[in-house]
Amino acid sequence: MAKVAAELQYSDEHEWVAREAGNLVSIGISAVATDALGDIVYVDLPEVGATVTAGETCGEVESTKSVSDLYSPVTGEVTETNSAVVDDPALINSDPYGAGWLFKVAAESDGPLLSAEEYAAKNGGEL
Amino acid sequence: MTENYTALYEEHKKLGASFTDFGGWQMPLKYSSELAEHHAVRNAAGLFDLSHMGEVWVTGPDAAAFLDYALVGKISAMSVGKAKYSLICQDDGGIIDDLITYRRPAAEDGTDKFLVVPNAGNAVVVAAALAERAANFDVVVDDASARTSLIAVQGPKAEGILLRLVPAAQHELVTGLKYYAAVEVPFMVAGSSKDLLLARTGYTGEDGFEIFVDNDDAAALWQAVAAVAEEGELVPAGLACRDSLRLEAGMPLYGNELSREGNPFAAGLGPVVSLAKESDFVGRAALEALKAGGAGSTSGRKLVGLKGLGRRAGRGHYPVLKDGAVVGEVTSGQPSPTLGYPVALAYVDVEHSEVGTALDIDLRGKAEPFEVVALPFYKRQK
Repeated sequence: MAKVAAELQYSDEHEWVAREAGNLVSIGISAVATDALGDIVYVDLPEVGATVTAGETCGEVESTKSVSDLYSPVTGEVTETNSAVVDDPALINSDPYGAGWLFKVAAESDGPLLSAEEYAAKNGGEL
Repeated sequence: MTENYTALYEEHKKLGASFTDFGGWQMPLKYSSELAEHHAVRNAAGLFDLSHMGEVWVTGPDAAAFLDYALVGKISAMSVGKAKYSLICQDDGGIIDDLITYRRPAAEDGTDKFLVVPNAGNAVVVAAALAERAANFDVVVDDASARTSLIAVQGPKAEGILLRLVPAAQHELVTGLKYYAAVEVPFMVAGSSKDLLLARTGYTGEDGFEIFVDNDDAAALWQAVAAVAEEGELVPAGLACRDSLRLEAGMPLYGNELSREGNPFAAGLGPVVSLAKESDFVGRAALEALKAGGAGSTSGRKLVGLKGLGRRAGRGHYPVLKDGAVVGEVTSGQPSPTLGYPVALAYVDVEHSEVGTALDIDLRGKAEPFEVVALPFYKRQK
């Protein structure tokens, strides 16, 4: 069963949110999502400086079998993107909560987020 | 639709497969990573459950003449032991299914014997169509799909692995077996010898085999093949990699490239249609008219291969564009794991179908550059 990292918060669209210093958050997608997508081969991230809005699409994740929209779980300005996953999208499968992070946002507000327990219960993940 | 399970369902569960519905069957999509499974088939070997495919036996004094009538190919010209790729068409030339026919040694009373293997989702329809078309022939059409399993071992290591299950005195049956041929081979399965029909056929673009086995023996055969493989030689492989493997090999998939609305000429399968055979066959008049009208050569659309110049892949039903105007539609597409760039099969207007033509695929609103290339995308080194 897919691993759900206990220290993170999650959106219904399977993005995770990690709190960093101040209002800075890093964002990625959960192992529940990467398992469902299969091997990820391409990722399209928002640009640094762009404003993303909670619940709205801000990029795409493409696996061998499908293309999925990437939704921002928070509203704010993108401060950094992970160039390593753009070069090697397989990192998102191999380490979704670590090296496979996608982008960071100076968050003004959050969209609806679930705790790890709530997310795991709803999506059949394992804490 | 009722859900069907193959005799190997429990094996797949034990191996941790994720499942998908395919043609009404719960089939393994992948066991670990579909990319790893894909590369394993190209470089070592993959073990596939294809028990969802149909198996229809056609026997009787008129069997060859009947199949000449029911299918578009000249089946009567096949020699015993050979396999042949063919199509079963409607009266209007639309494709009901693509299938492989195996000519087996004549039955004990001397009458001819053939095994017809249609696709999973079409097995019932094909068996019914064959039974209906048999009305004026002295043949028996026996749909054995429900009692027959099919296991494939595909990849460069396949032959070496299977030989370990065959007595040395019979190795020549396997090593001497030609592509698109089949032979009965004694396999050691769970301590006893079973004569099983072994075919050198596949849907991956690699050397490989397909083994027909009764449902009761399927799990034992599956386990036996896995047990004789050495570390790193063989992985269980699901339908996800089967799809990417066949796409690289430029092989059509029924429901994507082939349909009742399409026709063999547009699909590049003109050579499969034997208009030279003297006897009548279902769809003949329509197919002659389509050919005379230049279908797939001077009129209509034609199936082509597209190579992506960027990193984004086209997917089924995405529009194909020339200077912004729609000139075709993608039928299958994904990033090619072996080649490292996106590949797609698409029907495009014949005037834009020449190799080298620059086209775009409309990727959800963005035009991405592709180029028409010759098929197959991937050809194994022999």
